Amino acid sequence: MNIAALFSDRRYRWFAWGAVALLLLALPFITEAVLGRSWVRIIAVSLLFVMLALGLNIVVGFAGLLDLGYIAFFAVGAYSYALLASPQFAVHWPFLLLLPLGAAIAAVFGILLGAPTLRLRGDYLAIVTLGFGEIIRVFLNNLNRPVNITNGPQGITLIDPLQMGGFSLAQTHSFAGLTFSPVHNYYFVFLVCAALTVALSLRLQNSRIGRAWVAIRDDELAASAMGINTRNVKLLAFAMGATFGGVAGGLFASFQGFISPESFQLIDSIMVLCMVVLGGMGNVAGVALGAVLLTALPEALRYIGPLQQRWFGGVLVDPADLRMLLFGLALVLMMLLRPEGLWPARRRQAVKRNTDAG
Amino acid sequence: MTTGQRHPRVPLPYLAMDIFAQQLINGLVLGSIYALVALGYTMVYGILGLINFAHGDITMVGALVSLTILQALAAAGLPAPVLLVIAGGGAMIVCAALGLSIERVAYRPLRRAPRLAPLITAIGVSILLQYSAALIWGKQYIAMPKLLEPAAIEIAGAQLTTLQMTIFLLACAIMAALLWFIKVSRMGRAMRATEQNPDVAGLMGVNTNTVIAFTFVLGSAIGAIAGLMIILYYGIGHYFMGFMLGLKAFTAAVLGGIGNVGGAVLGGLLLGVIESLASGYIGDLSGGVLGSNYRDIFAFLVLVLVLVLRPSGLLGQHSGDRA
Amino acid sequence: MHKHPIRTAAVALTAALLVAACGQDAPPPAPKAEAPKAPEMLTVKIGSASPLTGPQAHIGIDIRNGVQLAIEDANAANVEIAGKKVKFEMVAEDDEANPTKATTVAQKLVDAKVAAVIGHFNSGASIPASKIYSDAGIPQISPSSTNPKYTEQGFKTTFRVVAHDGQQGPTLARFAAKTLQAKSVAIIDDSTAYGQGLADNFEATAKSLGIKVLAREHTTDKDTDFKAILTKIKGKKPDLIMFGGIDPQAAPMIKQMKDLGIKAKFIGGDGMQTPNFIKLAGDAAEGAMASIPGLPKDQMPGGKTFLEKYKAKFNQEVELFAPMGYDAVMVFIDAMKRAGSADPAKFLPEVGKTSYGGVIGPIAFDDKGDLKNGPITIYVVKGGKWEALETVKPEAAAGAAPAAAAAPAAAPAPAPEAAKK
Repeated sequence: MNIAALFSDRRYRWFAWGAVALLLLALPFITEAVLGRSWVRIIAVSLLFVMLALGLNIVVGFAGLLDLGYIAFFAVGAYSYALLASPQFAVHWPFLLLLPLGAAIAAVFGILLGAPTLRLRGDYLAIVTLGFGEIIRVFLNNLNRPVNITNGPQGITLIDPLQMGGFSLAQTHSFAGLTFSPVHNYYFVFLVCAALTVALSLRLQNSRIGRAWVAIRDDELAASAMGINTRNVKLLAFAMGATFGGVAGGLFASFQGFISPESFQLIDSIMVLCMVVLGGMGNVAGVALGAVLLTALPEALRYIGPLQQRWFGGVLVDPADLRMLLFGLALVLMMLLRPEGLWPARRRQAVKRNTDAG
Repeated sequence: MTTGQRHPRVPLPYLAMDIFAQQLINGLVLGSIYALVALGYTMVYGILGLINFAHGDITMVGALVSLTILQALAAAGLPAPVLLVIAGGGAMIVCAALGLSIERVAYRPLRRAPRLAPLITAIGVSILLQYSAALIWGKQYIAMPKLLEPAAIEIAGAQLTTLQMTIFLLACAIMAALLWFIKVSRMGRAMRATEQNPDVAGLMGVNTNTVIAFTFVLGSAIGAIAGLMIILYYGIGHYFMGFMLGLKAFTAAVLGGIGNVGGAVLGGLLLGVIESLASGYIGDLSGGVLGSNYRDIFAFLVLVLVLVLRPSGLLGQHSGDRA
Repeated sequence: MHKHPIRTAAVALTAALLVAACGQDAPPPAPKAEAPKAPEMLTVKIGSASPLTGPQAHIGIDIRNGVQLAIEDANAANVEIAGKKVKFEMVAEDDEANPTKATTVAQKLVDAKVAAVIGHFNSGASIPASKIYSDAGIPQISPSSTNPKYTEQGFKTTFRVVAHDGQQGPTLARFAAKTLQAKSVAIIDDSTAYGQGLADNFEATAKSLGIKVLAREHTTDKDTDFKAILTKIKGKKPDLIMFGGIDPQAAPMIKQMKDLGIKAKFIGGDGMQTPNFIKLAGDAAEGAMASIPGLPKDQMPGGKTFLEKYKAKFNQEVELFAPMGYDAVMVFIDAMKRAGSADPAKFLPEVGKTSYGGVIGPIAFDDKGDLKNGPITIYVVKGGKWEALETVKPEAAAGAAPAAAAAPAAAPAPAPEAAKK
């Protein structure tokens, strides 16, 4: 019996999922023991990117709208949190208020950025969204004069961590003989949020609105003829995707304690897009997988530097460059060989690669 | 207010003619560079309906190749025009070959694939080019060896160098040559036919594959010339220089009407002038709130406005759905 | 078809883990305890964080070289701490001059259990990273960051061995007013923490000295076309153009200035006082001026020897901050010796009490971690090389701060804390 069958068979499903849950709960401790604490940080961050990728998946995977400026929503969420929980304005609001607020602000931006693109298709949509992403970044970088809002390129430092009462996630706690460093604490918060995001994505996928998105993706004219309000449905896709990004952004800001416009560049938008495309557009599990792989593998590639040192006595290819080269190559190869992604949505598999779909 | 200048109490800031003329000249030259790169975008889009994301980076490769050739031959003591022709020629060959291979390997298999695929492939190729360049040339800024001593003349109080004039005239000349070529030659007709309807053109005996390959070669070669011009004008090359340039050139192509050769040049010149004037005057106009640091987004704002208000661009034909 | 995704994922993850595992230099058990491996030998890791790739790599590599030289010298000197022989090791990381990468690198260094960090180069990198080092209690000396905010965050672990922009900016402004006799200036910055900070400090003092600021422009640290900005400035006809930024921008900027026929003089901060600036700008560099914290290298007590040693080992000239990187390591080692321990918790307090004669001169820190009495030298490009023009003595620099304190009160909001004292 193969693994997949284990999950679908009703008798064993609970054991299978229970085992997965246990593994995920124990993962930070296992990782720390085997690989060291910096890897715990990496898996925590990869969970953040799972959220981001799932958000973009709504826009690109479900609704078929190629958004190249998605990181702007991540930025908006991060800055909303940072501005209201740091010395920048000397305001320190609680995170329970800030995270939903960040999500709401991001949703508004989603609608604002989506509205002009409604009539555009494919390539133009991509370029315009790219442009919006850049516009947001430039504004974040320059809104420090005449009035200092975002503190410009210096970014916002000393951002409050997630805390409630006296209990702060940025401190190390001990419980049941285990040490919970800040990274561990945040890992668990991200795990919960990522799980919620997955659940939400799956609900959306199987809802009326999810099917409306798929209809628009496959044939907008027909969808419109069938009575779907394409304008609202598209705007909703942008808004929902942006919301996920906004929440992830707020969590990112509290985790890092520092944000600057440097973290929100075009290449980051492209990275998230890679996660969606390579993982399997439209497939929630595939996208999550793509996010984890694409966050963890580049970190693993960093060790190539010392490896090269040992083998060749010098670093021939800088690991950061190597990572980008592999990304580019992966994109091209995936599109040529397996455009439906590593783990395609079942529906996609039914569509042969050579038909002129979309 | 962060600056110490006093703003005149007239509704429009006083236009110093010599400064305005200088900004105009700067803008036209910058625009000529945009125009040269935009030509590549517009030709490929016209025929394939594909935005070749990698085109800006092909220009970058052309720039760095010509830089390397110039550095290698700098000590040879040849006269400057000869050096330039060699560098330009070398860059053109490399870029043409590059464009050809990219088309053959990455784009041709995806000609019938859904929209998203070639776009993502183009992004992948762009990244590949950038980081291959970083591997070959390093990530440092590279300076051009001293070659020309451009003579300057004064027009309306502004400086105009011979180099600037050359760039501008070159853009116009190439545009004219291209238009003439497309109108008169057999290949040109084949290109027009493929642009209108590839399938029917194929039925009529046009080898569409050859035509498309030729378009890529031509576009890339022109991009190489643009690269050489950039190196001469700014004196500096860098592996990442193609990115912004590509985006702005694409904006220029859209502004002028994508698919239209004359439109690409018009759009390029216009965009260059807009950027130059906006950077120069936005500070005064906005009372110091906005400044030249917002320069990069002017292009994007223009793009959004054009696509929302007049998607077919200035010279393009209205073609219904922008799909 | 179902099997493949899981299998592929499993294979991929395994591969990643394998690569990670065999790539790790430090075997997992050891780092947990920083205890000496054997009674006689103590290994102490010193971290070095600077941009090793990118347009500023020449400066970052230069810093790392300085650190490396210091570590080799220390190892050759058979240093003993608390009766144990010490072997020093450098852990060098690349922060790409990027604030976010800097925090990642900082976390890596902390996880690698370094005893101290020399870093970072850019203020925009040092400031965010300092929080991570402070949380971990690891002392940090920056060889080059000049933004005042770096030592104003209230951390006990931040130090620097250069004068900061609260001193450098005003020094430039005073030089412009007194020596250059400039009556008007146009200021450009590159929108980074360093460049904008320096420009703001310069502007505040310039205004208080009666110099008219005719234009305040901004560009980015990735631009190469400044014609629009320069044309606008040309129209205002300033005596002087001041640029807060680094040499990849400063070089094309001065070239384009000459192209446009702008007659104003050009002055900037330590970010452009590099041989690379002259290389990129060519003939146009002639006449450009820049300040740099520190004495001219041949006037430094250990300067000449250091320059020769550096050239012999690395086969190139010192770029900018290598001597500072060298001294930073020595300061740490000196503190460790005095505390009798290489444990950060123990020798950190000793760092603040440093009184050490280094290559760059006498090193002592004030209570914020800033270098006490740091001199600033102004250079000019003559005949294709940087030549020292004027050195501002510490007393003058220190005396200036109160004057600068008065000015910002009148200046508008964005002029930052030029008056930290």
